[in-house]
Amino acid sequence: MTLDRTAPARPAVTTDPGVPAPSRRVSPTQWASQSLTMAWRSIVQIKHNPSELLDLSIQPIMFVLLFTFVFGGAIGGSTDAYLQFSLGGLIAQNALFLTIYTATGLATDLQKGTFDRFRSLPIARSAPLSGRILGDVLRQLWSLVVLLAVGVLLGFRITTSPVAVLAAFGLLVAFTLAFSWTSVLLGVLARDPEKVQIYGFTVLFPLTFASNAFAPTETMPGWLQAWVSINPVTRMADALRGLLVGGPVAANAIATLLWGVAFAAVFGPLAVWALRTRT
Amino acid sequence: MPPAIEADGLVKRFGATTALAGASFSATEGTVLGVLGPNGAGKTTATRVLATLLAPDEGRGLVGGFDVVTEPHRVRTLIGLTGQYAGVDEALTGTENLVLIARLLGQRRAAAKMRAAELLAQFGLTDAAGRAARTYSGGMRRRLDLAASLVGRPRILFLDEPTTGLDPASRNELWDMVRGLTDDGVTVLLTTQYLEEADQLADDIVVIDRGTVVARGTPLDLKSRAGAAVLQMRPTQPEQLEAVRAVAAELAGAEPTVEQGTVSVPAADDALMPAVVRRLDDVGVSLAELTLRRATLDEVFLALTGHRAIEADPTDDLQESA
Ligand SMILES: Nc1ncnc2c1ncn2[C@@H]1O[C@H](COP(=O)(O)OP(=O)(O)OP(=O)(O)O)[C@@H](O)[C@H]1O
Ligand SMILES: [Mg+2]
Repeated sequence: MTLDRTAPARPAVTTDPGVPAPSRRVSPTQWASQSLTMAWRSIVQIKHNPSELLDLSIQPIMFVLLFTFVFGGAIGGSTDAYLQFSLGGLIAQNALFLTIYTATGLATDLQKGTFDRFRSLPIARSAPLSGRILGDVLRQLWSLVVLLAVGVLLGFRITTSPVAVLAAFGLLVAFTLAFSWTSVLLGVLARDPEKVQIYGFTVLFPLTFASNAFAPTETMPGWLQAWVSINPVTRMADALRGLLVGGPVAANAIATLLWGVAFAAVFGPLAVWALRTRT
Repeated sequence: MPPAIEADGLVKRFGATTALAGASFSATEGTVLGVLGPNGAGKTTATRVLATLLAPDEGRGLVGGFDVVTEPHRVRTLIGLTGQYAGVDEALTGTENLVLIARLLGQRRAAAKMRAAELLAQFGLTDAAGRAARTYSGGMRRRLDLAASLVGRPRILFLDEPTTGLDPASRNELWDMVRGLTDDGVTVLLTTQYLEEADQLADDIVVIDRGTVVARGTPLDLKSRAGAAVLQMRPTQPEQLEAVRAVAAELAGAEPTVEQGTVSVPAADDALMPAVVRRLDDVGVSLAELTLRRATLDEVFLALTGHRAIEADPTDDLQESA
């Protein structure tokens, strides 16, 4: 092993007045570039392990098949009619489950020394978090494409415009970017990737099933309806239905985005705080 | 010149555990400071505090003249860290791991790639550059980890047990690398559980135990105080144990330990063994066994602190090499 002795000598670390002091903090452009670099890392991870995309596809496909052919007739009268109703819900539910990847990835970094390395670098404190969330958008887009494709194969008809479909993509990405902060907090608190899975499902199952993702709100008991009608999963499912097969969009989309803002405003600072005070 | 690294009365508690109980030490620019201590002594905690990863409960840490608590970002622009647990991303290739760090440090893509190639060559990883770090051996991973901490050409480098899990050849290579860095003026804080490693590399050593510094000095200082080698004697007749102990105590000038029919005493210089042999011969004691061996960390501790090192936790090392 030889050493790089030709490297230009850097100024000594002493407080020599001739040496410019190193910068005190990170600028917004640096933060953006650091987050993008972190996102690049997530993408490279998938590139090296493409079978992960298969894992990402199997569960949603099973859900589509299960709900369409097993429950569809009973809930929606016919499998065809039910698919038109349920696909928006399935997409919303799947998007929430995917955010768990953010937590498991983070917990893995924390468990190994990877996160310590990042924290020893002169980069923005939040860049490893925001970068990971950003990188996980790719997973969201992939799943969305898979779900739409499978849906169409089974007879789902998009009755709106390409612009509306793009808007559906945009809404989904915007909400999950914000919602991912809950997952970041989970990853920091759980510390262990396996615990993340358990906690994550414990929270997400009631959240996603106590919604109108799979069954219309009117069929539920009154006390449940009260919650279901404000549940962010319900609002996003309705907005996606509106954007894909027609129906009211604006109120639902706004509610979804407001929920996203609320999640980010509460869980973002909590996550950063949990990471700071973590020992 | 102010020290490059200065710890002043660092205290860190984790619940009921006091990991650091007022540790103070410093490292002069361009030198290697060896922090020697057994499992649980507080080495990693001290490193993490100085590398801005952990805020101390009390005391102050200065790195490159900057306070680690009030000016962490400035400290981070000066340091490199190779933690006890590997910081490489196993899913990424060697090149990608280094490019990631270089890009985070603000280097352009081309410059980042060049820096990565340069470091991979220095660490003998060029052939493995395009392979996922998952497929690396423990030693290769350790080297990549070290390379990652050097991407930004840090002036101050923290190495937490860098040779744990390395074979002797890789360990020697790493030692050479550390020597080369200090030749270039880099200050290194290196923690280790091995006296030999501290002896090989460090200009100064602090021995820490239960969160406090129990001894400090140059390797030579500490060796002469603790005995780098241990002379071990077993008399043919167990009744003569006491006679052997008395001779050893007198000639070595230190209190021997007697265990299982064997007398052990620190051997500060090479003349001790022949002197002991002569004297025992004179008084008519014959030895069944006479060995001069390297002092274990436990014996150094016993000599320096008067108590044994805390029981080592063997699972720690197993995890490291896994
Ligand atoms: N995050 C933590 N939470 C609780 N206790 C901790 C934590 N980190 C360290 N400790 C405790 O603090 C003490 C010092 O630990 P530290 O890791 O600094 O020791 P060390 O000298 O690095 O040991 P080793 O040689 O095993 O790496 C130990 O008793 C350890 O159990
Ligand atoms: Mg340690």
